[in-house]
Formats: sequence, C-alpha cells, structure tokens
Amino acid sequence: MTVFILRRLMQSAVVLMVMSALVFVGVFAIGNPVDILISPQADQAEIARATAALGLDKPLWEQYFIFVVNALHGNLGISFVFNEPALRLIAERLPATLELAFSAIVISVVLGLPLGLYVGLKPDTAVSRTIAAGSILGFSLPTFWVGIMLIMVFAVELGWLPSTGRGATVSVLGVDLSILTWDGLKHLLLPAINLALSRIALVIRLTASGTREVVHMDYVKFARAKGLSQRRVIGVHVLKNILIPIVTVLGLETGAVIAFSVVTETIFAWPGIGRLIISSITVLDRPVIVAYLMMTVLLVILINLAVDVLYSLLDPRVRYGEARA
Amino acid sequence: MTAAAEDDVAIEPPRAETPLRRFLADFFASRLATVGLVLLLAVIFIALFAPWISPQNPYDLAALDLLDGRLPPGSQSADGLTYWLGTDDQGRDMLSAIFYGLRTSLAVGALSAVFALALGTALGLLAAYVGGRTESLIMRLVDLQLSFPAILVALILLALLGQGIDKIILALVVVQWAYFARTVRASALVERRKEYVEAARCLALGDARIMLHHLLPNCLPPLIVVMTVQVAHAIALEATLSFLGIGLPITEPSLGLLIANGFEYMMSGKYWISFFPGVALLIAIVAINLVGDRLRDVLNPRLQR
Repeated sequence: MTVFILRRLMQSAVVLMVMSALVFVGVFAIGNPVDILISPQADQAEIARATAALGLDKPLWEQYFIFVVNALHGNLGISFVFNEPALRLIAERLPATLELAFSAIVISVVLGLPLGLYVGLKPDTAVSRTIAAGSILGFSLPTFWVGIMLIMVFAVELGWLPSTGRGATVSVLGVDLSILTWDGLKHLLLPAINLALSRIALVIRLTASGTREVVHMDYVKFARAKGLSQRRVIGVHVLKNILIPIVTVLGLETGAVIAFSVVTETIFAWPGIGRLIISSITVLDRPVIVAYLMMTVLLVILINLAVDVLYSLLDPRVRYGEARA
Repeated sequence: MTAAAEDDVAIEPPRAETPLRRFLADFFASRLATVGLVLLLAVIFIALFAPWISPQNPYDLAALDLLDGRLPPGSQSADGLTYWLGTDDQGRDMLSAIFYGLRTSLAVGALSAVFALALGTALGLLAAYVGGRTESLIMRLVDLQLSFPAILVALILLALLGQGIDKIILALVVVQWAYFARTVRASALVERRKEYVEAARCLALGDARIMLHHLLPNCLPPLIVVMTVQVAHAIALEATLSFLGIGLPITEPSLGLLIANGFEYMMSGKYWISFFPGVALLIAIVAINLVGDRLRDVLNPRLQR
C-alpha cells in the first residue's frame, strides 16, 4: 500500500511538472498583458518600465525558472490586476467554491440515492419510468441554462430566493461560511441545486443499475430467507454492496464539480475561484490564470489519489488483487 | 454484411429477416427513440437549410431595426413580419437567430466529434494491434486525459489558445479523443484474437489493411454509440464555453452566445431572449441522447435476442 501511494505521488509530481511547463509556456504565448494594463496614451519609456516591472522583459526560460523557484517557495506570482499574491487571491475565494461543491455533492447523494433505490427495486412502475426519464433530462440539460431558468423562476417570477452573491457569512476558524446563516443558506440553495443537477442524475443511474444487479444475488435472497425485514435487507445488504462504485464515482466527480462551478459561479455571481478565473482570462491576468490552473490540477490529482486509496480500503477484493500482482 | 442487407431491401420485399431490417425494427420498437430520431432529423434539417427557411437574415444589419428591440414573442414588425419568438436587444428575430445558432452549434459539435473519432480510433486501433510499449504509452495518455474534468481541460486550452471556431474545435477534440481510443481499443482487443484476423494474417495482408478493413468494421457498433454521446457532449460544452465568453467569438453566434446575450435582460422579466435558444439547445441534445441510448440497447450484443 505504501509503495502504491509513493509511486502514485511520484507520477503525480511528474504530471504536475509537465502541466506547469505547458500552462506557463501557453499562457506566455497569449497576448501582451502590458497592452491591457497600461493606458493607451503611455509612451515608449513607460511601456518599457511596466514590462520590466512585471518581469516580462526576461527570456521565456528565465521567467519559467523564476516561476518554478518561486512556486516551490509557495509564491505563484503577483496578480497584475489586484497587485496581490495570486495564491492569496485564490485562497480567499476557495472556501466559497468548496462550500458550494460540497453542498452540491450532499444534495446529489441525499436526493439521488433514495430515488435510485426506488427505481432499482421497482423498475416497472410509472413513477420509476418518470424518474428514469428525468435522469436522462438531468444529463442532457446544460448546467448554465438550468441556472438561468432557476433564477428566472425562483428569483424573478416568484421572488422566493436571492440570485446573486453569498449573503451573510459566519467566520468559523477564519473561514467564512454561508451555510450557517439563514440568509446564507437561502443564497446557497439555488447555486447548489444547479451544480448538483447532473450529479443527481448520475447517482440515480448508478444506484438503480447497481440495485437491479444486486437484488438477484444469493446473499440477498438468503437474507430474505432468514426473515430479515425489508428495511434491513435493503439498508444493509443491498446498500453496502452498491455503495462502492457510487463512492468512487462521486469522489472522482468532486474534481469535476469544482471545475464546473466556474459556470454556476458566473451565473449566480458566487464569489469563488470560478468567477476569478473567468475574469482573469478576459483581462489576461497571467499569474492568476497560471495559479488557478496549477491549483485545480493539483486538487484533481490529489482527489484522484485519495479515491484510489479509499477504493482499495473499501473493497478488500481490490487489495488482494494488488497483493498478488 | 450491410451491403447485402441493403440490396435485399432495395430489390424486393420478401419478409426474410436481414440484419438491417432487424436493426431497424428493434430501433423503432421504442416510441421514445422514434420521437428522438424525428426531432433529430428536424434539427439537422433546420441547421442545414437555416439561410433559406429563416424569416430574416439575423446577421444582415440592414434588415434589423433597433426600434424593434426586445419585443415579446408574437409581436409584429413595422413591415408586417411577425416575431414568433420575440426579438433580442438589437431587434433581431429570435427564431432566425436560433436557426442560425443551431447551424453553428451543430457544426461545431459534429466536426469536433468527427475529428476526435478519427484521432481516437487511429490511436485505439494502434494500441490494440501493436501492443507493448506503444499501447501502454497511449493508454497512459488516455487515463491522464480522462482523469481531468472536461471543462478544466477546455478551460486550460482556451486560456492558452484564445477564441475562435478552430480553437474551440481543437479544444473539444482534445477533450473527447480519449473516449474513442478507449472504446476502440477495448473492442479491438477482443476482435484481434478471432479467427478472421488470423485468416487475414495467413493471407499475408498488410497491417494497415488488417486494421482498417478487418478490425475496424467489427469495432463499429460501440463506436457509433460513443459518437452520438460525444456529439451531444460537444454541443453542450461548446454552448457552456461560449456562454462564459471564452468559446466562440461574437461573429459566430452559437446558441450559447444567444443565451448569454439574453442573460442580462432576464432580471427585467424579458425571458425569451435566453429561454428559446435554451429550448432549442435542449431539444437538440435530448434528441441525440435518445437516439444514442436506443442505439446502445439495440447494438449491445449482450441484450440481443
């Protein structure tokens, strides 16, 4: 197990290294940030001074070298626009994004699991067919359009829920959270549902197909024959066995949820890292773009690693298979 | 096999069961899939013939009247044209804009999926046929690609490349090729061990010929299914990126851009500028997914009776 984790960590480091070079060189190739940051009336000397101040007059390899050295010291550059360390900008906004992503995943499990179980246990009822058709729709609906429609119905027409921002926040251990205040919760609800939608559909599908396979297994029949209650058979014997793929897929989806929050944050003006990256791309704030991409790539790599480890802990068969190999 | 089946259908109607006829009968046995196919054909028709069936050329500025801006659905223009779906802020007929938008969205989705199909299939076949180090290199790349969320990869690429229809197609191809490669490799690995491949080898046919003429046709069914899914996926992703303002430029108005354009008027209750392009997008994606779902069931050998 330790060897496995070590090997995966080394691979991750290599991937991160390659990505950093790609992103850095690529970001370097787009536009000239000086053109955007400085007033059009500036003369040649002023432009040269601004270029030198941003370190853009050095050759590319030197810039990359400085970037890597600084990155290893925890410094991913100073934002051209905010004049603040890019990493701090991201760290300030990360809790908002994580809160949103976490809420979305909780919603998708809380709604998806029971609905999926129902479809799996009684596949031929009208309700099941409706749920299954709904899950196809959940896959097909583009997130951003659903978000707009949610705003139209619940914020504009009905006026029940706010459509922008985080609302009131409470500071817990130095981290601002919306979920703990009534106002914040109201602000969180629409974006979280929006982000959760396609994952609800995913959980329904996984649960339904898993359940349909498992209910015909001998151990389930045996549990029934023992006279266990329906609740215990479903809750323990069925659920335990279908949970492994669901946990794995949801774990892997966490990275996608964080990446996809770009869309939801833009629509609901949620002050997380997703909105930061979109505005940074439009104004060519290179350090922030690089820092965001590196952070997200790192996050995805770590999540994938954690899921792999979790998977082998949950399913003894995987561990044994590995020991033999 | 397909050629024989088509001949049979074309010449005369003996009720003999041919693979094609069984396939069609299976497909149309689902009413939902039939509806999906009809919708899909309608969408393709609109996309192909948009310039001829649109009431107005939405990008001919001379035809637009700013005074007609933001009219609700069903309004009349000064010269008697009815705006069935309303107009946008520049007095553009939404119905025409949607027809043109479908054209762009569908073209981008289909093109990128075709390129991804070509690239992924070539690499997947190569991996399965050659094996060894080539295979592990390709499959390592596939795993790496699939471990990153599609939107993150697209975001990285578009941040680097900038806007443009060619750039977004490139980004979509990079996002999608791995699905094709994985699918082709999986079925080619099974097919490779079959006798007909051995027979082809005994005939001393070239590797390229065995791969393209013998292996590839037998790997097609799962590929077709992945293709439909990926076209739908590409359309949705392109719309999302264009909505965020980092996809297509304003000169190539896809459905995503139309929706983004209407978003600012949403708060004042002018829903139609965002709503109807979204419905069109939804119809296109759902239709493709319905057809794809049915194809998956019909082409799945495990479910075949």
